[in-house]
Amino acid sequence: MKTASRIFTALVFIFLFAPIAILIVFSFNDAKSLSVFSGFSFRWYRELVYDDATLESVRNTLILALSATVISTIMGTAAAVGINRLRSKWIKSAINTVTDIPMTNPDIITGISLMLMFVFFGRMFGRSDSLSFTTMLLSHVTFCLPYVILQVLPKLRQMDPSLPEAAQDLGCTPVRAFFKATIPEIMPGVITGAIMAFTMSLDDFVISYFTSGAGFQTLPVRIYNMTKKTVTPKMYALATIIFFVILTMLIISNFSDESASEKRKTKRNNRKAIKK
Amino acid sequence: MKTKGKPVWGLLGPYALWAAVFIVVPLVFVAYYAFTDNNFTFTLDNLIRFFNDRSQMGDTEVRTYMLIFWRSLKLALISTVICLLLGYPLAYIMSRASDRNQKIMMTMLMIPMWMNFLIRTYAWMTILQDTGLLNGLLSKLGLGSVHIIGTEGAVVIGMVYDYLPYMVLPIYSVMAKLDIRLIEAARDLGCNNYGVLKRVIFPLSMPGVLSGINMVLIPSVSTFYISQKLGNGKFFLIGDAIEGQYVANNLHFAAAMAFILMIILLVMMAFIKKFTNNMAYGGEEI
Repeated sequence: MKTASRIFTALVFIFLFAPIAILIVFSFNDAKSLSVFSGFSFRWYRELVYDDATLESVRNTLILALSATVISTIMGTAAAVGINRLRSKWIKSAINTVTDIPMTNPDIITGISLMLMFVFFGRMFGRSDSLSFTTMLLSHVTFCLPYVILQVLPKLRQMDPSLPEAAQDLGCTPVRAFFKATIPEIMPGVITGAIMAFTMSLDDFVISYFTSGAGFQTLPVRIYNMTKKTVTPKMYALATIIFFVILTMLIISNFSDESASEKRKTKRNNRKAIKK
Repeated sequence: MKTKGKPVWGLLGPYALWAAVFIVVPLVFVAYYAFTDNNFTFTLDNLIRFFNDRSQMGDTEVRTYMLIFWRSLKLALISTVICLLLGYPLAYIMSRASDRNQKIMMTMLMIPMWMNFLIRTYAWMTILQDTGLLNGLLSKLGLGSVHIIGTEGAVVIGMVYDYLPYMVLPIYSVMAKLDIRLIEAARDLGCNNYGVLKRVIFPLSMPGVLSGINMVLIPSVSTFYISQKLGNGKFFLIGDAIEGQYVANNLHFAAAMAFILMIILLVMMAFIKKFTNNMAYGGEEI
């Protein structure tokens, strides 16, 4: 049984990583072919460096993802605190239902629905090019918000409600109590929410595709347009770089997690020792 | 914590307004476009066209969009079932592994999710092509060759590949939290391994299965890239049809199809939710 489950696990992971392995290998291909390997070279990496349009789309993607993350994290955290304070069950469930919509609706419907609205109002104001960076930013904030809210809400529920009250008793204004007592308590949720928002925005293709204008292209949209024509290993070179960046980030975060949990352990042990 | 009503809307207000304008209103626009023509006068033509448009396929006349729609549903359901059959055992194996191995496997599942799915899907093209790497490998082994690219099978492979992690993660997170004492209790009461799986683990993991099904079925029903690349454009899915109408600037017909897709998905998800709830609480039969 043990061996069977090992073989099964290995096969599934081979399936998941086969295309990634192949695109890494062929990114170093000498020739233009994506299926015949003729020799090792950095040719495609060099071409990538000189591909201004692609580099600009990488920059666009980062600008968009950062802006969407900042806006959705601030607005989403405030919203979560507000939802947590709501007393009316009816309003609470109405807001939760609406918050669920972008997560349960297929991306294509979210994208189409936003595009229709933008185009409609664009026409109303007599503009034919209503899709732009702004419409993309509005869309990205919209689909990032639920992820932030759903990460922050549980932290608020776990929090001891007497903490901000104590801060106010000790002379804090409600606003100051919020920043001094509530925010530090829910910070882990805020950070996880921000990271999720950032990665969702970075990786989004479908919603960006429907809401992007001609002037502003993100990397996924650019890749889509590139794969419509013949594809060179240049794109694989780009994917390989992304792969290693992600791998490094994951390893670092795992590593710091481990050292953080070890620190916590030693702290706890120290505390125990002191108590004794 | 019972703060007086005032600060609630100061905090929640901006989001409430945002959600109304960018979540609710756009959906109203989908319905509005679906039921109007280019001059924004009321019409049912878009919906009628979806159900009635016919085209020649070989010798037979078929209802174009109905065919596309059923195909999308069929391929998405097949992919979801395969994801469940592969993902459920994997989630189970992961939840039983050592802490270290759990962490490694989690990381390995996340890596593909963070890489652009367009490029990864494209890489499958180079594997599955008639002169591609898979056939190269098969012929070297003396096994002949297979024709996969441009078939429905290739589209299913692409969907399973892209969405499998979304099936594994929710099931795994439920299983990892499972109270080990329940399993011990079942053992003490005379359950064998199979009984534990059937009576304890399976019913308790149903919430994870439900969200896994959600997260695989919905994107695979509505995908429009996988089918274009791995189906060689021969197998149009509902997502392709919507995207095609968007590109052709037939926004009203695109909206009509999006509207129908949305309604059908709502009904389907309600049905699946009921089904998994029964499995969770009934276990086998009540």
